[in-house]
Amino acid sequence: MRYLPLTPDDRREMLGAIGAASVRDLFKDVPAKVWQSRPVDLPMHLGELEVDRALSAMAAKNIASGQVPSFLGAGAYKHHVPSSVDHLIQRGEFLTAYTPYQPEIAQGTLQMLFEFQTQVALVTGMDVANASMYDGSTATAEAVMMAGRVTRRNRAVLSGGLHPQYRDIVETHGKYGGFKVESLNPDPEGKEDAAAKLGDDVSCVVVQYPSFFGHVRDLKPLAEACHAKGALLVVVTTEIVSLGALESPGAMGADIVAAEGQSIGNGLNYGGPYVGLFATREKFVRQMPGRLSGQTVDGDGRRGWVLTLSTREQHIRREKATSNICTNAGLCALAFCIHMTLLGEAGLKRLAAINHAKAVQLADKLAGVPGVSVVNQSFFNEFTVKLPKPAAGVVDRLAAKRILAGVPVSRLVPGDKDLANLLLVAATEITTDQDMDALVVALREDLR
Amino acid sequence: MSDWSKAVSAGFKPDGTVTTGNRGLQMEEALSFEQDAPGRTGVDLPEPPKVKDRLGGLARKGAIGLPGLSEPQVVRHFTRLSQKNYAIDAGLYPLGSCTMKHNPRLNEKMARLPGFGDLHPLAPESAVQGALELLDQLAHWLKTLTNMPAVALSPAAGAHGELCGMLCIKAALEAKGENRHRVLVPESAHGTNPATAAAIGFTVEAVPAKANGKVDVEAFKAKLGPDVAAIMITNPNTCGIFETEISALADAVHAIGGYLYCDGANFNAIVGRVRPGDLGVDAMHINLHKTFSTPHGGGGPGSGPVVLSAALAPYAPLPLTVHGKDGFKVIETTPASGEGAKALGRLKVFHGQMGMFVRALSYMMSHGADGLAQVAEDAVLNANYVLARCKDLMTPAFDGYCMHEALFDDRFLKDTGVTTLDFAKALIDAGYHPMTVYFPLIVHGAMLVEPTETESKDALDAFIATLRALAEKAKVDAQHFADAPKLTPRRRLDETGAARKPVLRWRPETVQSQAAE
Repeated sequence: MRYLPLTPDDRREMLGAIGAASVRDLFKDVPAKVWQSRPVDLPMHLGELEVDRALSAMAAKNIASGQVPSFLGAGAYKHHVPSSVDHLIQRGEFLTAYTPYQPEIAQGTLQMLFEFQTQVALVTGMDVANASMYDGSTATAEAVMMAGRVTRRNRAVLSGGLHPQYRDIVETHGKYGGFKVESLNPDPEGKEDAAAKLGDDVSCVVVQYPSFFGHVRDLKPLAEACHAKGALLVVVTTEIVSLGALESPGAMGADIVAAEGQSIGNGLNYGGPYVGLFATREKFVRQMPGRLSGQTVDGDGRRGWVLTLSTREQHIRREKATSNICTNAGLCALAFCIHMTLLGEAGLKRLAAINHAKAVQLADKLAGVPGVSVVNQSFFNEFTVKLPKPAAGVVDRLAAKRILAGVPVSRLVPGDKDLANLLLVAATEITTDQDMDALVVALREDLR
Repeated sequence: MSDWSKAVSAGFKPDGTVTTGNRGLQMEEALSFEQDAPGRTGVDLPEPPKVKDRLGGLARKGAIGLPGLSEPQVVRHFTRLSQKNYAIDAGLYPLGSCTMKHNPRLNEKMARLPGFGDLHPLAPESAVQGALELLDQLAHWLKTLTNMPAVALSPAAGAHGELCGMLCIKAALEAKGENRHRVLVPESAHGTNPATAAAIGFTVEAVPAKANGKVDVEAFKAKLGPDVAAIMITNPNTCGIFETEISALADAVHAIGGYLYCDGANFNAIVGRVRPGDLGVDAMHINLHKTFSTPHGGGGPGSGPVVLSAALAPYAPLPLTVHGKDGFKVIETTPASGEGAKALGRLKVFHGQMGMFVRALSYMMSHGADGLAQVAEDAVLNANYVLARCKDLMTPAFDGYCMHEALFDDRFLKDTGVTTLDFAKALIDAGYHPMTVYFPLIVHGAMLVEPTETESKDALDAFIATLRALAEKAKVDAQHFADAPKLTPRRRLDETGAARKPVLRWRPETVQSQAAE
């Protein structure tokens, strides 16, 4: 077994040093009736080649986004990740280190997290950010729970422009965690008035920017309405590249930003692992969940970093912690941090500009297909189109022609006939003119 | 003076002969923000196509504040940062309860196959059959290894898995119309256990352990009643001991209509040899980054699938992968009836930590049923070897053999002036990552040593020799320990100061004020 260094001689010698007759003796606390003396009913060990073949065969049954024209988005986006990112995150000193509990020998991870926190704070326009969450969806649930702690109120209002699965997660936490969740109806037109739902018991309004349907709305009026009623504004962003082109949530009055960082540095990975971004205002920092890297000095007066404010966390506070969260998304945060450092100010802005321009081109082309209309007035790199027939069928038929046409809204919100014909379509810097033309031709054919 | 040199001078104190602050291969490294040149970038992107923007009048005004670095600077920056980290690749990492074992590189390669790594989570079912097959296979391995009928794959990490398992218990109780609010947790539990139970409205009661480090079944039984929803237990427990009486505990809690949650953080010690389903467990999360070697990555990403008993299986959160007429299907939204109709809801967007699933399955297939049983045996053998070879100089917290981790207390440091923390810091100067210290909380000055099965005897012998030498040195030279670590990129850091006046992000002013001091 290539991963196990002990030889039979080693094992004998070690048992001798221990004074045990057999390894089974070491397990003497395990009752005989539950001890599996024979291997369980699973295949025996395999070499690298055999494992590689078996898993490669499974992978080959899938259609990777890079193989075909793909317009899939809805919370996960294919972007070009520079080669150095994946090279650097596979350095063993990053890949095979644990949480930086011993800061003297973990300054690499801690300094990186400090840079990551700074990047996230800058891009979202907030004061502070944590060292990452599992992903954008769980960060959203944590944001709602944090708003409850800050305001000591018990009802959260979720915009109909919030990703339906994010909404489901918040509702699940509300149902079992003892707070009320009022979810507004899906808002494909981007016209809802969430402020009308405010009341003395509302802890926060959660709004997605750009929305699930792609709309970009000025959040200042909503922020002002929230603040006037003592509620927080939680802004969710599932496409973080958008903030290279758009006014930041912080500049519009957000109190908490919960975002998905996958687009920077991380692949699609069939939905995970991704990296949750979580940022807030300075005054709320002690109510924030998750790990934090903080600057300090060492015994020689040199600058260094440690995990800090851990008195909020479960390993100290146990049942009184701000969250049960323990892990962050360390390596995905590293990938984000490296990619963001490569991009820099100029690169992020240009990447965002390209994404938006490609989406504008795609919207214009699709608007020219008979029977197809673009729902959005405003958008970043993803928008909603209305088809003359159910979008799910169109997507399946185009997939058979090896075109991934987009995400039918009905997949995430089934059973609503007003939404059945809506298709979410995304373009990024990856999208070529040929990809767009292929989609247009296939749609024309299918809708004929 | 350039920003960069200002920053560097803020970061360290040159000793007069070496102006860089570097010592041989130990490189000082400024923050990326301190290496900025406006307009510089590490990517070449084309001019965007000329279009009229449709940003709704919300185009960003002004600078974001990100620094500009070229690719060679970025590669050097992160390479230098990496070299300030200890890692399993570099040496033995005996961090108890965290299972720092070798991370096979085949697993990294498999996760990066385009069919997995470049697969969109909302691609049509016809485009993801291989991915669903992988989820199905992984579920099969996890269910077989635990002898449990169901598994929820989507939880993102161990604590998220705990949340999932405890929510299943809550949902099952609600379905029965029962409103039980008490959860019993041993004092030795991981902090996530009480935090999780409290987060979903349970009242947590800590139950003390017996003098031998095991749960006190009688103490638990005395607290059981019709308002107890569940017992949360870790097995093997956080003292590194197998809970012999877990089945009795399961029977007792089942008799009053409650459930047994098992924290599976230490599954590595028994994988392939003991199936938790045979012990009466109703729900157990499995940290794929522990037992199944997915890399810890400096603190994540994790992955925490939860195996469930038949009583809890109907409440597993969405999504579910099922066998359809022509291939695999995924249930993503609650159906009116059939499989998934009683699902408690959703805990994570999409399908869970797929990248971790690929790595874990690659690890399982590599070991096979035979190799996994050997994993448990070698992990336990290695820990007992360290225990046996050190017990005359250090003080084991409990008598007898241990499982996969050896637990010492600080009695052997009594009257030396050396604390557990000092001892850990001296290990760093000797080239080792310390063991877990001050956990579990029930053992004074605890040192929890988990070597894992991927250490050779030679590596263990060198580690044991170091522990023994330090235990001897503690009796005569406390100052050596108080001063440690001396050889690291940084000496002990001021954690109190960091918490009192938190500096959580870079700001240009921070550097300037420090440089002025």
